[in-house]
Amino acid sequence: MQQFINVTLTGLTEGMVYAAFALALVLIWRSTRIVNFAQGSMAAATAFIALALIQAGWSYWAALVVALVSGFVMGAVIERVVVRRVEGGPELNAVIVTLGLFVAIQAGIAIVFGSSFQSFPTPFGLQGFQVGDNRIAFTPTSLYVIGAVLVTMGLLVALFRFTRVGLAMRASAFGQEVARLLGVRVGRMLTLGWGLAAVVGSLAGLLIAGGEFIYPAYMDSLIVFGFVAAVLGGLDSPIGAVVGGLILGLALSYVSGYVPRGSALVNVSALVILMVVLLVRPGGLFASSTARRA
Amino acid sequence: MSDLQSPTTDTATAPGKATSSPPTEATAGGDQPTATRRRSLLPSSTLLRHLLLLALGAVATVVILEITDPFTNSQLATLSYYAIAAGGLTVLTGMNGQISLGHGALMAVGAYTTALFLSAEEPPPLPLILLAAIVVATAVGALVGVAAARLHGPYLAGATLALAVGLPGLAIYFHDWLGGEQGMRVRAPRAPEAFDSFISTVSGNSATNTKWLAYVGAICLLITYFLLANLVRSRVGRTWRAVRDQEVAAELAGINLGAWRVLAFTVSAAAAGLAGGVLALVVRLAAPSGFTLVLSLSLLTAIVIGGLGSLLGALLGSALLVFLPPFVTDLGAGWGLDNTEAAQLAPFVYGVVLIVAMIFAPAGFIGTLRMRWLTSRAKRSAARSSGG
Amino acid sequence: MTVIAAATAASTLAACGGGGDDSGGGSGGGDSSANEASDIGITETSIKLGAHFPLTGVAAPGYSEIPTGAQAYFDCLNQAGGVNGREIEYIYRDDAYNPSNTSQVVNQLVLEDEVFAIVGGLGTPTHSAVLDFLNSEGVPDLFVSSGSLLWGDDPETNPYTFGWQTDYMSEGKIIGDYIAENFPDAKVGLFLQDDDFGEDGEAGIREYIDDQIVAAERYTPGNTNVGPQIAALQAAGADFVVGFNVPSYTALSQLTALQLGYDPQWFYSNVGSDPTLVGNLLNNFSQGQVSDASLLDGALTTDYLPTVDEPDNPWVQEFQRIWDECGGEGELTNYRIYGMSQAYTTVQALQAAGQNPTRDGLVEAIETAGSEWEGPVLAPFRYSADSHMGTAGMSISRITGTTTEQVEPVQLTDIGDAEIESYDGEPAEVPENGIPNEESVVD
Repeated sequence: MQQFINVTLTGLTEGMVYAAFALALVLIWRSTRIVNFAQGSMAAATAFIALALIQAGWSYWAALVVALVSGFVMGAVIERVVVRRVEGGPELNAVIVTLGLFVAIQAGIAIVFGSSFQSFPTPFGLQGFQVGDNRIAFTPTSLYVIGAVLVTMGLLVALFRFTRVGLAMRASAFGQEVARLLGVRVGRMLTLGWGLAAVVGSLAGLLIAGGEFIYPAYMDSLIVFGFVAAVLGGLDSPIGAVVGGLILGLALSYVSGYVPRGSALVNVSALVILMVVLLVRPGGLFASSTARRA
Repeated sequence: MSDLQSPTTDTATAPGKATSSPPTEATAGGDQPTATRRRSLLPSSTLLRHLLLLALGAVATVVILEITDPFTNSQLATLSYYAIAAGGLTVLTGMNGQISLGHGALMAVGAYTTALFLSAEEPPPLPLILLAAIVVATAVGALVGVAAARLHGPYLAGATLALAVGLPGLAIYFHDWLGGEQGMRVRAPRAPEAFDSFISTVSGNSATNTKWLAYVGAICLLITYFLLANLVRSRVGRTWRAVRDQEVAAELAGINLGAWRVLAFTVSAAAAGLAGGVLALVVRLAAPSGFTLVLSLSLLTAIVIGGLGSLLGALLGSALLVFLPPFVTDLGAGWGLDNTEAAQLAPFVYGVVLIVAMIFAPAGFIGTLRMRWLTSRAKRSAARSSGG
Repeated sequence: MTVIAAATAASTLAACGGGGDDSGGGSGGGDSSANEASDIGITETSIKLGAHFPLTGVAAPGYSEIPTGAQAYFDCLNQAGGVNGREIEYIYRDDAYNPSNTSQVVNQLVLEDEVFAIVGGLGTPTHSAVLDFLNSEGVPDLFVSSGSLLWGDDPETNPYTFGWQTDYMSEGKIIGDYIAENFPDAKVGLFLQDDDFGEDGEAGIREYIDDQIVAAERYTPGNTNVGPQIAALQAAGADFVVGFNVPSYTALSQLTALQLGYDPQWFYSNVGSDPTLVGNLLNNFSQGQVSDASLLDGALTTDYLPTVDEPDNPWVQEFQRIWDECGGEGELTNYRIYGMSQAYTTVQALQAAGQNPTRDGLVEAIETAGSEWEGPVLAPFRYSADSHMGTAGMSISRITGTTTEQVEPVQLTDIGDAEIESYDGEPAEVPENGIPNEESVVD
């Protein structure tokens, strides 16, 4: 029982980490219809900036704010300077550009910050809560991660549902011409979408890093699971991203904990789960009723 | 779409150019002439023309492999497996419009099949083994293709991404059978004696194992491109393009979209299987760490940079993958960077090249060249008609 | 005969002369001792060596420091006159821990750079890809940076390949024997990397304490969630956990155990126990958050090399000097000591191969004299015509704070059912300038 609880809680926290990353992908997909492979490297870059500040004596929270702001700036600049030029072109070109960014930024981090392991602090404890005689696999840091992800999800839902900016961003993504006719400044909305997505991405990067260690490629495995979680949830829905992340996190944790040599089956389980879901619902769990063809 | 009705009007100076124009160019580059036949020395029958090109390719291969040094030989062997897989992928993505981030996993299927057969007591002859690699990868590809045919855009990308990272994990799980993380070592069969005497007659070079593997790769590459080029010029290729560009019209015309998508996936999986087999021979190992996501993404990069839908483009894109990193590393070392810094420079430059190429040559290398050529020809003919 | 005598004289002179001018000593010997371009990669004034390491990507942290250590050692060696008047030109290339890349860069090293030998290529899957190639080309493949059994136990098939570090199976045996002696009542859980590393280690341990083992959990590298594995060990009631894992997973397993309030006796195999690295990682989190400042405190580990946490060890002091004088940015780390020690053994091999080494002569020299060499490595190598396995022994120590104390002196063993015995040799003394002085054993 104890083991079951711990495996579940581990999966829950891990799932929230996938969800955090999936949220960033959903945001960028909703606002620009691009799947951003560079998200992981961009997040890693801001995490390294934050770490440099913390090592220089800044507090965690100040460094967090600077990292998020630099994430926004990086996202906006990349959209204006690079992505803008391939928007409206063939879809694959945008994919290749984000792949190029992914590789180049990661290499850039290694050149600037070196490629050794560095530990990243967390403002909260790493020791599990005491329940009865046992500690459970749920720490103040897990609570912080889960809370931050849920708040972000709530903000995104509110942004898209209740604000004019959110509406304008969605309109720009779906139909540029119509949006333009309606007086939406499409270019600005796209830049804003990238900037915001980069903020969410770098938040995810910092949450993942907290209490673990980072190196230039530390986001690599999360890119895959984050993307799978986002697709699982339907790519268009912030709630779907979180649910997708949770399903993935829990399922993988059970496979890893209860199947003999299950750790080796984690990746292939992600494939099976995704395939099963997509065969039943080709647009993901939270797909809206309209057929979506990108 | 001009390329739907006019199978014989493309330039055909190379296998790649014999294929369809990429979709970008169809919109951006505009009208391909359908009526004017070019003054061409090449035969007008597609099959004959491709046979001639195959023969020319074979001669060029021998010349290139015999005048270059052993290291370049080994790089060309590497190039051959990238190019075979990229050729299959460009048919899938360029002709049929399906994206796949998982072709590295299909290559793993081919590589492991090859490794398993070669580890037998009495391995069957090499062509049979490579054929087996193709068959197994085709079967897996058909399975994936059935699922993929239902998916679009990012959903297909996500599913194939999961395939890329998921499938190689099976080799770790079934470690007794597939060698686990450390992989299966592959001993390529030695070159037949005929090969030795062939090399010594042609160039007098020594027929090393490296050279033999480079020839094996090149032969597989030539055969693959010959078959693919014929396929895309056939009714099959035209139907694929119809499925890509005119989904509704194709459906009205009685074309079963799903079946044709599955077929495209299957054909490209066959190429990936062969590429995996060649990779296993050249690398001398089939291990999960050789089939990471990076491999799948590299293949995609090769076909887009080269020019989507063009076999020649796939070949050029693969060359970029093989030759750029060592070039940059050596350049960095030449600037006085130490080995570590020079090694870090290579991926940086590679990333920047991808970005810059997509911004300034969005149709890829071949697409851009062809557009230039078409534009200048249009200008010339316009000048001629106004002058006359 | 004269050649041997002259070469010996040369190296003796070199030793007497100390650093600076040993080449001068050698060149006075007339025709028989003149340097010649005796084989590929050797000129009158240089020896070219190559290596492959992960310098970029997921495996780069840590491992990418190894060649910088070796580079620093060779640079200092070159300033002191090199080997028999030849400078070492050391080229290491990036394979990103991908066997396909390894195959390409080793092709480049052998066919284009034309190195004399490959030294210290890192990784089991990566190096497997080039094993046949190097042996069929006759390129000496020295001191592979991996404890797999592949490199040493079949010299007939792979006559040019030599292991270097203690193989994982022997290490497992030494650990198992220690537990059987000192913790006979412990319920042992294994935390294993799911590859040959974990497998060989497990096989070695089980030779001694099969009946004490209550659980064996495996993780796959790249999958950073080890919660399920640690929870399973805890649930199985293991009060002693042996980890055959890499350093990042030492930190992860410690963090997860802290989460779960799981506090067994830990024993990390050599690969995973870099107390300085892991300790730094863990301590940085602590900043008031982790109550137990040094999580690794009390953990057991094995050693076959001196480590940076022994500042009084003369070898560490010498390596520190070399790093300060010839190294690049950053601190001296255990990875760099590893690279330097490998470079040290390489120089021993080159010296033993004579004034004008050949590739076959180098192999012969290691087979003939390699088991006699002393150096930073704690126990002798097993090199002979029948075995190309590296060092055979390890000591066991306990981590206290950021230093370690030895709890069991060096033990010797071999793969298979070889006995374990104590090693009675003295620790080797550091030669002047940290440069070995082996006599040629090849004519």
